[in-house]
Amino acid sequence: MAQYLLSVWHDDQNFPQTTPEDMERMFVQVGAFNEEVQAAGKWVFAGGLHPITTATVVDASKGDPVITDGPYAESKEQMGGFWVIESEDLDEALEWARKGSAACEGPVEVRPFQGE
Amino acid sequence: MFNGERHDLDRLDRIFREEHGRVVAALTRYLGSIDLAEDAASEACVVALETWPRDGIPPNPGGWLTTTARRRAIDRLRRESTRTSKEGEAHMLLELHGTDGPTPDESSIEDDRLRMVFTCCHPALAPAAQVALTLKVLGGLSTAEVAAAFLVEEATMAKRLTRTKGKIAVARIPYEVPGDAALPARLTAVLTTIYLIFNEGYLPGGSTQETGDAVRPDLTGEAIRLARLVVELMPDEPEAAGLLALMLLTEARRAARVEDGRLVTLADQDRSLWDRELIAEGHDLVRRCLRRNAPGPFQIQAAINAVHTDAPRAERTDWAQIVALYDQLYAVSPTPVVGLNRAVAQAEVAGPEAGLAAIDAVHGIESLDCYHPLHATRAELLRRNGDADGARAAYERALDLATNPAERAHLSERLSSLEML
Repeated sequence: MAQYLLSVWHDDQNFPQTTPEDMERMFVQVGAFNEEVQAAGKWVFAGGLHPITTATVVDASKGDPVITDGPYAESKEQMGGFWVIESEDLDEALEWARKGSAACEGPVEVRPFQGE
Repeated sequence: MFNGERHDLDRLDRIFREEHGRVVAALTRYLGSIDLAEDAASEACVVALETWPRDGIPPNPGGWLTTTARRRAIDRLRRESTRTSKEGEAHMLLELHGTDGPTPDESSIEDDRLRMVFTCCHPALAPAAQVALTLKVLGGLSTAEVAAAFLVEEATMAKRLTRTKGKIAVARIPYEVPGDAALPARLTAVLTTIYLIFNEGYLPGGSTQETGDAVRPDLTGEAIRLARLVVELMPDEPEAAGLLALMLLTEARRAARVEDGRLVTLADQDRSLWDRELIAEGHDLVRRCLRRNAPGPFQIQAAINAVHTDAPRAERTDWAQIVALYDQLYAVSPTPVVGLNRAVAQAEVAGPEAGLAAIDAVHGIESLDCYHPLHATRAELLRRNGDADGARAAYERALDLATNPAERAHLSERLSSLEML
């Protein structure tokens, strides 16, 4: 068994245009998906993130920390949330990602965690 | 029988290459890593080079290489186990299989090769990476040969292959034949990768210009060999047979396809140069597919090629049948390229004007603006329709876009013949 990060990517600029009905629908879908992951015993952790306007970068790699407003990567697509799940192999993780992507209506990136 | 002469070494080389996929596939399941399997396989080849010339080639060279490679791998793990965490691994392998485990039977080796096909062509790998790894592991090509196929430095290709194998290991791409639910999509991915190899060999474009090759038979031959393997391993999959038939019927025309470095169109080819044996095999496969009646895109394309190769002369081609097959193909694969090809067939039935109108009516045709066959086709139909200016502009646009040297030579000739009118 290995752990995988399933991250959800959104067009952060356009995300606020999502209507309350859209939000409500996704909320219900994601809730059902979360329950399915938990029932299968594959759940490790998950969470949704506030928009990138709330992000702050700290860089102490060269000594004194430099603190800057905003996300680290200036990209249109930003991570909006994620799951950490257990899976036997990549095919199983991809199958969970397919369901998660359909539930949250956005593309999902799958990355394996380093083992212990 | 062995004098260490050139042809003897060539013979060993051919055996190593033919058995490579079999040996590495079996060892990968056993060792759990393609990398370790490849290392062990090349060690076994070194041993074979020492002993076979002296003792003769064993009756089952693949089994011999697999067994030898497995022993070598165990020895190595044992040596390394004293100082690394591989101790557990070595113990596990020894307990599971022992040093002199029986040679795995043929059917389980065949299963391993099928597993390997699906792992190398996993959709989580980039298409170019799938092609490279498939050629290396299943085709038995050396890293240098794969690098030559991609026209990159050997070191660059070595790095790419390492990265690809690294992803398979770290992301845990499974070493198994997908279950029924996922099988159709995954098999399509495998067949598409093989067809990609074939097309790169059949009509190399882009940077191949510097080598000036119009056709690269090494790659077309490799693709056909891989398709034969899949058909052999999955005899109940009609699309695999369809792909093999499609490639055989295309390959059959190779000798007639290029003359003096210039592409010769199907209508102008010297049909006596076509390979009758490949055509007979292709037709047989198409007939078997038809009996099964489960058409898919590769089978329909094979059937179209069967109609072409059935005609003793170009003017005897059954174009109505070809239009009907393109209708069927468009129904399962409604892409602008299929629409364009159907329009070409329609032009043969209903004349160039109808053909041009059919091209304009293809849904999404504007997306093919940078696809030179669109302009070459329009140029040909405009010429036949008596529009020399329109044809000239279209040939020039096609020449701007085409990269294959033989194709460019053909287009230039068409253009200059137009100017003589």
